[in-house]
Amino acid sequence: MNVAASPARPAVATPLDHPAARVLIGRHRLRWWETLPWLAAVGLYFAFPAYLGFGTELLVAILFALALDLALGYAGIITLGHAAFFGTGAYTVGLLAFWGIWTEPISSLVLAGVAAGVVGLLSGLVLLRTRGLTLLMLTICTMALLEQAANMAHDYTGGFDGLPSLPIAPVFGVFEFSPLYDNTQYVYALIVLLICFLLVRTLVYSPFGQSLTGIRENLLRMHAVGSPVRRRLVICYTISAALAGIAGGLWAQTNAYVNLSTFDLDRAATVLIVLILGGYGRLYGAFVGAVAYLALEHFLARIYPTAWQLGLGLLLVLIALFARNGILGLGEALWRRYGGKRAAS
Amino acid sequence: MDFAADFAGIFLGGLAAGTVLFIVSVGLSVTMGLMGFVNLAHGAFAMFGGYVIVLAMNRAHFGFAAALAVGFVATAALSVLLERLLYRRLYRAGELDQVLFTIGLIFIFIAGITIVVGPEGQTLELPPALGGQLNLGFMQYRTYSIFLIVVGFLIVIGIWLVFERTRIGAQIRATVDNRRMAESLGINVDRLFTITFAFGSGMAAIGGGLGAEFLGLDPQYALKYLVYFLIAVSVGGLGSVVGVYYASLLIGVLDFTLKLYLPKGGTIFIYALTILLLLWRPQGLLGRKET
Amino acid sequence: MSKRLVVAIAALAITASGAMAQEVKVGVVLPYTGIGAELAQQIDRGMEIYLKLHANEIKPYTFKFIKRDSKAPNGAEAKVAVQELLTQDKVDALAGFVYSPDAIASAPLIAAGKKLAVIMNAGTAFITNLAPEFVRTSFTMWQSGYTMGVAAAKDLHAKTAVVAYTDYPPGKDSLEAFKTAFEANGGKVIDTIPAGGPGAVPDFTPFFQRAKDEHPDVLYIFVPAGDHATAAAKTYAALGMRAAGIKLIGPGDITQDIKLQGMGAAAVGLITMHHYNADLNNPENKRFVAAWKKAYGADSTPDFMAVGGYDGMAAIAHAVKATKGKMDGAEAVKSLEGWKFNSPQGPIMIDPQTRDIVMNEYLDEVVLGPDKKLHQKVIGQTDHVKDECKELGIGRCAAKK
Repeated sequence: MNVAASPARPAVATPLDHPAARVLIGRHRLRWWETLPWLAAVGLYFAFPAYLGFGTELLVAILFALALDLALGYAGIITLGHAAFFGTGAYTVGLLAFWGIWTEPISSLVLAGVAAGVVGLLSGLVLLRTRGLTLLMLTICTMALLEQAANMAHDYTGGFDGLPSLPIAPVFGVFEFSPLYDNTQYVYALIVLLICFLLVRTLVYSPFGQSLTGIRENLLRMHAVGSPVRRRLVICYTISAALAGIAGGLWAQTNAYVNLSTFDLDRAATVLIVLILGGYGRLYGAFVGAVAYLALEHFLARIYPTAWQLGLGLLLVLIALFARNGILGLGEALWRRYGGKRAAS
Repeated sequence: MDFAADFAGIFLGGLAAGTVLFIVSVGLSVTMGLMGFVNLAHGAFAMFGGYVIVLAMNRAHFGFAAALAVGFVATAALSVLLERLLYRRLYRAGELDQVLFTIGLIFIFIAGITIVVGPEGQTLELPPALGGQLNLGFMQYRTYSIFLIVVGFLIVIGIWLVFERTRIGAQIRATVDNRRMAESLGINVDRLFTITFAFGSGMAAIGGGLGAEFLGLDPQYALKYLVYFLIAVSVGGLGSVVGVYYASLLIGVLDFTLKLYLPKGGTIFIYALTILLLLWRPQGLLGRKET
Repeated sequence: MSKRLVVAIAALAITASGAMAQEVKVGVVLPYTGIGAELAQQIDRGMEIYLKLHANEIKPYTFKFIKRDSKAPNGAEAKVAVQELLTQDKVDALAGFVYSPDAIASAPLIAAGKKLAVIMNAGTAFITNLAPEFVRTSFTMWQSGYTMGVAAAKDLHAKTAVVAYTDYPPGKDSLEAFKTAFEANGGKVIDTIPAGGPGAVPDFTPFFQRAKDEHPDVLYIFVPAGDHATAAAKTYAALGMRAAGIKLIGPGDITQDIKLQGMGAAAVGLITMHHYNADLNNPENKRFVAAWKKAYGADSTPDFMAVGGYDGMAAIAHAVKATKGKMDGAEAVKSLEGWKFNSPQGPIMIDPQTRDIVMNEYLDEVVLGPDKKLHQKVIGQTDHVKDECKELGIGRCAAKK
């Protein structure tokens, strides 16, 4: 990365004790509350062992939303086709395992990320010339094309019925995935999520991440300061795609199953809603959104299997009407209003 | 069958398919173009209207034309209510908040229809005059397809006349071009929004009713055809009624032809066509270039 | 462990005395929302009607349904539901499964959970190979498709056929089954047309136009029941294909009873092969349809989905009685191998080798009745139809490795 050569960097060092500089320097440091989600995830493992199947789904959804956040929240790339990469990752793992080529889980995940990254790079080079509704439609159509390709290759992919009972080798040759109890899957997914999260966190607080935010906030100015906008967007899109591919691979491994639904609009739309609901462009929106949306959906559907969508719809409408930028946005607004005085002083 | 009749058959089939797409999508193009509002719930209005039309015919025994009118009015009224109470608050919000809101609305519509009417699909019985085949002189063709093509053409002419020849049309064009300028010239943009929104939703209702013969009608309608509506709007160009018409017909005819000669390609054509058209003209066929 | 033993002993004591009711928990996994919501409703009602009509026979047991929405057919939703039903609710049996992916993704869990799982719809043939606890009371696409292939050549005297199918596994299975049987009996399939996907209803006109231009004796179609089938029948009529001498045939999915009236005059003359229609003339069916109309309104009707639920519930009830309420998975499955039942669709049996249903297939023609409504008239019958996919060992249906 040619960060040092970036003209965006001030030539003269600003005094480090300037308040604004202090905020900038300190913002990447871990804060105490950032451990909370992870403690909660570990707590779930011990407190609700019977919910780990759902918990694993939740972790995968968080990782997928986190991947999208990088593209949508930080670089401002509005896409409704991110399942293209989720599906590519899932099928990479699924095809390798089902046809007995490769079943080791960790390296499979890496391969899933690479495959999805390649698809992201190639499609990004073409699609990222456009913006707005046009870009949105192009991402949907690319995803639909991949889904159709997987359907036409049903002799290999199993099509709509998918590839059943994928053989996934034990993690490190020791920890085996049990179908009935998801303990191993849950811990495995949690560690993968943690690693990916640290990666994303480092990235968004790096100068590269700052330039992405710059592109999102003021495209013209970033052009004016000579930032290589297109290249940055494509790189960001590729990384986001690779992470989405890892999420897809993780999904295929923990479910021991993959089918066309990994490519479908439903999945792409759900992850987008999850992210907007939680609050995009702020790392933890993926966590908050996924938990709020999926937990509500899961438990409402258990109580009202036929009409749970009503409750979910009301939640979305209310959040959209009364909060700006999702649940975290609402939280921030409330904090500023009621608890902010102490923080400001 | 000779070549000319073959060709005419393909052309008419494609036009009919495109016209259905146009009738449902045109309202979406207008609202998105005029207000810059990402109204994904447009399909939900089409579904609501379709249900009103079907229920009016099947349960209250209205005629086809009367039922269409009832569907238009009911849906337009509902949309005015929602626009005044809810949509209005989000005009200045970001487009992603609008997405969240309208998806939530879709869920509410789906659940509402499922609870009130039931999950089963509804069937619309056409008046006998529109069933069967029509003799065009040189060939026979499906009467309803011809009917749709004619109706679609009348609608686009009607909307075009309103846009080009009336005061309100001029106001709408002015607002699409430059909203601030229009406001400062004393155009009541608020009222304009409400009227356009109501009209667009009413058109969606008509589309839901007229299209039910091809697309069916069930609670999932609001979601499952959304992509097609968005394709028509984006390829046509935001806010351009004639653009959506051309785009719908172009996609309809090309998709129809390719499906007929290369059926193994399945549903890839519509997506591949959209990608090509959008890469060729990112702003849509008749859209304005982004500034 | 000891707790389970205590419960088992208590259960035994209760059954022995016959005095108190014992509750059997059945986890029902169906798509209560989304495109399959209507099918879920039919299966649900089929199960309810069975319990209503056989209230005396199932004593002293009572059934508690724990319903879970399998939502979109991505497998994962159903899998989590099955997992929680087995590990949290500790159900005695599982039932439902409309979409094949739901059953396929859940198979490893069901094999690990060792509880009877009755498939009430999902029709992909190889599913029952995936777990020894699966018993299917619905059908496979091969049963109607293969029988229709034979009938088209022998009874309808067709020489050529075009097949148009919705491009997903049931469509491909149906095509494969029809083609295998039709060509084995002297017919020739001259074109196969994938006609759109299952999600959204396509415009059938280009596909049927192509078929019309090829002048086959019959056009065999498989499309999902509902909006797809209605649109297909209307397009067939509107293109004047009957006048052109092309018969429209297919599996009975396309003339699903709840959709039949909505198809209107376009459907008259349609010939289908299926194991059930609501007009079947036998006492069991008369009782079933009468009870249905009484419960859900004169305008409602059961269909083959409902019968899948009805027969599946009968299977569970039989297993409960045979195992004296213990519902140990292996024993419950064993009690159903070779089980015979007099269903509204006629006599059925569970094949002891494949755990798939063996049933009669009826060749039906849609006719306009004196009541101005559409009915299905049986014009031919094939008894004891097995799943030919497994009989012939095709693809993944071949016996397990």
